[in-house]
This record gives sequence, C-alpha cells and structure tokens, in this order.
Amino acid sequence: MSAAHKTAPGAVARLLDSDFVYAYRRSPIAIAASLVAAICLLAALLAPWIAPHNPFDLASLNLLDSFKPPAFLAEGERAFPLGTDDQGRDLLSAIMYGARISLLVGILAVALALVVGISIGLTAGYLGGTVDAILMRVADVQLTFPSILIALLVDGIARALLPREMHEALEIYVLVFAIGIALWPQFARTVRGSTLVERGREYVMAARVIGLSSPRIMVSHILPNVLGPVLVIATINLGQAILTEATLSFLGVGLPPTQPSLGTLIRIGNDFLFSGEWWITVFPGIGLAMMVLAINLLGDWLRDALNPRLR
Amino acid sequence: MPAFILSRILQAIPVLLVVGFISFAMFAFVGDPVTAMLGQDYTEAQRIALVHKLGLDQPFFVQYAKFMWAAAQGEFGLSYRLARPVSGLILERLPATVELAMTSATLALLIGVPMGVYTGIRRNSFASRAFMVFSLLGVSLPTFLIGILLILVFAVLLGWLPSFGRGEVVHFSHWSTGFFTVSGLKALILPAVTLGLFQMTLIMRLVRSEMLEVLRSDYIKFARARGLSQRAINFGHALKNTLVPVITIVGLQLGGLIGFSIVTETVFQWPGMGLLLVQSIQVADIPVMSAYLLLISVVFMGINLVVDLLYYAVDPRLRMTRRVSANAP
Repeated sequence: MSAAHKTAPGAVARLLDSDFVYAYRRSPIAIAASLVAAICLLAALLAPWIAPHNPFDLASLNLLDSFKPPAFLAEGERAFPLGTDDQGRDLLSAIMYGARISLLVGILAVALALVVGISIGLTAGYLGGTVDAILMRVADVQLTFPSILIALLVDGIARALLPREMHEALEIYVLVFAIGIALWPQFARTVRGSTLVERGREYVMAARVIGLSSPRIMVSHILPNVLGPVLVIATINLGQAILTEATLSFLGVGLPPTQPSLGTLIRIGNDFLFSGEWWITVFPGIGLAMMVLAINLLGDWLRDALNPRLR
Repeated sequence: MPAFILSRILQAIPVLLVVGFISFAMFAFVGDPVTAMLGQDYTEAQRIALVHKLGLDQPFFVQYAKFMWAAAQGEFGLSYRLARPVSGLILERLPATVELAMTSATLALLIGVPMGVYTGIRRNSFASRAFMVFSLLGVSLPTFLIGILLILVFAVLLGWLPSFGRGEVVHFSHWSTGFFTVSGLKALILPAVTLGLFQMTLIMRLVRSEMLEVLRSDYIKFARARGLSQRAINFGHALKNTLVPVITIVGLQLGGLIGFSIVTETVFQWPGMGLLLVQSIQVADIPVMSAYLLLISVVFMGINLVVDLLYYAVDPRLRMTRRVSANAP
C-alpha cells in the first residue's frame, strides 16, 4: 500500500517532466486538436443525457417541426439550435447520437484491424520463411486495392449472405468487420518489420535459451517492444475508419436511417440540397470533418513527436 | 529488361487466380440460382435436370476452371438487376470512369508536385503553412462531402456548373467522350476536382516530406559546398531524387482514384463503373460485383507493372545491381 503511494506521484511527475509532455505543451495545434477531439468524444458518449432531444423517440417527433432552419436564422426556433430534418428531428441531437455510432464503429474496426494485424505481423516476423512469405504476399496484394473498395465488397457479400431482417440489426457488426478487414495489412507490415529487428536482439535469444515457447516470447517479450509505432498508426487509421464508415453509409450500403451515423445523416440531407434546406447536410458534415480533422492532427503530431529523427 | 517484364507478369498470374477464386466463390456460395430459376412448383427430377444443365453437379474445381475460362473471354453472365450481359454493361460505363480518373490524376499531379516543392523549400513561409492546413483539410474532408459542398456552392447557389451527369457525349465506335462538347467539359469540372483533391493533397505532402528529407542529405551539402546555385540544387539534385517514391505512391494512388471514383460517381450521378457497382451492391447483384472485382484487379496489376517499369527507368541503382549480380558468379 505505502509502496504504491510512493511510486504513483513519482510516475505522474516523471510523465509531466518528459519530453513528450513538453512537446505537447509547446504545440498549440496538438492542444487544440486534443480539445476538439475530447469535446467530440464527450458529446458522443454523453449524448443520451445531454442531447436536447431524443431523435429515436418516435413519440416526441412532430412532423410540424420538420425543415426548421437553424436558430440563428430568422425562421429558426430556440428549441432546435441547428434546425430539424425532414421528420422533425432536432439536428444537434441527431448529430450527437450519430457521432456516437460513427465513433463506435471506427474504434471497434481499428481494434479488430489491430488484433488481426498484430497477430499476423508477429507470426510472420517471428517465424519467417514460408509462413512469412505467404502472409506478407497476401498483405501486399490486399494493399494494392483501396480499402474503401474492400470494405464495399465485404459489405456487399455480407448483404447477399444475410437475410434482410437480420441484416439491418447486424449492420454495425458487418461494418466493423468490413472496415477492420480492409485496414489490417498496414498494421501487419509495421509489426512484422519491427519484429524482424527485435528477433535478433539478445533478450529474445535469452528467452529462447531459457526454453520459453514461441507464442510466449512473441506475446510477452516482443509485443511490448513493437507496440509504439503501431499505436501511432492506429490513431491515424481511426480517422480513416470513421471516414470509411461515413462513406459506406453515404453510399447507402452502411447504417440504415433508423440507426443513423453521421454518414447516414449526410445522405438524408443530400436529398434536400436542391430545395434549399442546406443545414440538414452541412451541419453533420461539419461535425464529421471536425472530428476526423482533430484525430488526424493528433495522429500527425504524435508521429512527429515520437520520431526522434525529426527533432 | 524483357526478362524483368516477363517475371512480373508471371508473378501476377497466381494473384489473378486467387482473385478469380474469390469472385467465383461469390457466385458459388452466395444465393441459389436453382431455386430462383425453378419458381414455386417443381419436381425433384426437374431440379436435378436443371442442376445438371447448369453444370452445378460437376466438381468444384471444374466449375472454377470453367468460370475462369469464361471470364478470360469477358463472359460473366447476366446481371440479376438489369437482366443484361455484365460485360456489355461494364464496357458501356468504362469510358466515363477512365475520363474522370485521368482528368483528376492530371490535375492532382500538375498542382500537387509544384505545391509540394514550394512547401519543401520554403518550409516556414506563410504560404507553406497555409498550404499545409489546406492539405490537412483535403485529407480530413471525405470525398463525398467535398462533392456535396461543391454542388451546393457552384450548382445550387451560383448555378454556374451542372450538378449531375456527363452532359452531351460524342461517340467514337465503342468509346463515348465528353471532351469535345461544352456541356461535357462543364460537367467534368466538379467531379474531377472532387476526385482529384485528395490525391493532390497527398502528392503535395509526400513531395514536401521527401524534399525535406533529401535536402538534409550529404550530397546536397556537398553540392552547396561546390557552389552550385540554389536553383540547380533544388531542381537538378533534390527534386529528381524525390521522384522515385513519388512515382510509387502516384501509381498506387491511381488505384485509390478508381476506388474513390465510386464515391464521386455516386455523388454526381456520373454514369461510370463505380455508380454501377454501388447500385449493384445495394441489391446484391453478384455477377456485376464479381466481374468488377476481376476487372479492377487486372487494371491494378497493369498499373503496378507500369510503376515497376518507371522505377527501372528512373533509378539507375536497380539496373546496376542487376548487372553486378549477373556478373558476380
């Protein structure tokens, strides 16, 4: 107990004193980006409690409220700060709920890609030989196809395999699977590269001499040493995954209007662009762009901050 | 050189076989054509006769070989949605996609490379910083949103450009082109900018980081020490050496361009292959999906081959190692 007390402040102080935190405090872009990202995250997480309306509660919707412009325009109402859509849903609430779904799909998809990519990369790098050649060839071939195309095709096949009723309920998992599968090769290649380097190090040889099994060496000795660069790629890929989900939903092969993500909201609004109700598209679009921009900026900064060559 | 090309083509064959296998598996395991074709009432004998007629009772690999043989001749059967031969559908849509992708790639290169060089050389100038912020926007804004915003500004608010379709096209036997009519060119502007913007920012960021890397290297210091002009160093020495990775990425990005043309074509209702694919996925039209997958892989293999050849032409080290290793034994 007392030992924990002694080390805890020490660890925090050490973290505050590190180059990393110093670089963070010196970079206005990193601070701004993490603030925006935090706001998006909180708005998404707390949507059921802080959103002004519940867009999924059909009883509270009133068709008389539809197509209300945002509150700062002449015909707007205070109750709907960003206006309403064609069914009278409050846009601000819909965006918060939509961001929740977008983030959820993005994070789960990157997590899936991480798990698959790390397992394959570690195996290929550590075992080498034929296993390595086959696994990396698969990754190479997949990398020549754009990830959006892979995700589209996987989603299309799942659409054909699943019965219609099941499909709508399972769409979130289908999307996570499709996007995760589309993203794994980058992680696998990075992990394999670092594993090849680590494999020759003395601590790995020592572990082998003790007689540890290969899986044990891979997971508890090599993995912690190759994780750094992978986490940076994961941040950058999170933005990518969110965009892919939004794109699929926009194309009409993602989440249905009953369960709208930001992409679905933009797709709904796109139908009303020509009749002058621009806010139904533009506000979810701004929300999506802000979220992804913040994540990309953070990822960029993280990559530069952790790369000693650029100092 | 011929040996090099031949080995690359030989390497592509197993990949094509695997992709062909995936598209065949889509046919074989997704959906059941027999029940769909028989309708409500049928006897067991009728079912067996139809299975036999369609060749579905043959071994899996025989069916696969037949599929690949038909595919090699451009035969993919009928689209479930439109009940027309898939090959005809795709050929009809091909010119629109090729014209759009080529125009966007040209735009991206012509604007992206100079911007990258500028931001690489004048690293801290105001314009460079503005370009970098702009480029992050280009990477973070999804393609479809850029398209929607452009439509909102230039088609709805200003009314300068059309928001959908290809305008008037001129036909040359099988090829239709929008390059020779005013309405065709006007219709091309918004989709091409939408599609090219992402690639442009990517090329710019890549050229910039490569320039920064190269300008730090020893031979640039040496060139400075020799008293060469800044211009000769920047363009004669530095830019030339940034081009190798740029060629790879641009080549790979051509694939990305085709991928994202799916999105752009949907936003602008551009009658290309991408729009066809999206419409097919929405109703699970398997023949179109599998034909598209195979065709796209052939295109990508072709692009990769061209990229490799360009590599060979640009980087003298590749030729040297080959000759040295050939002489060594």
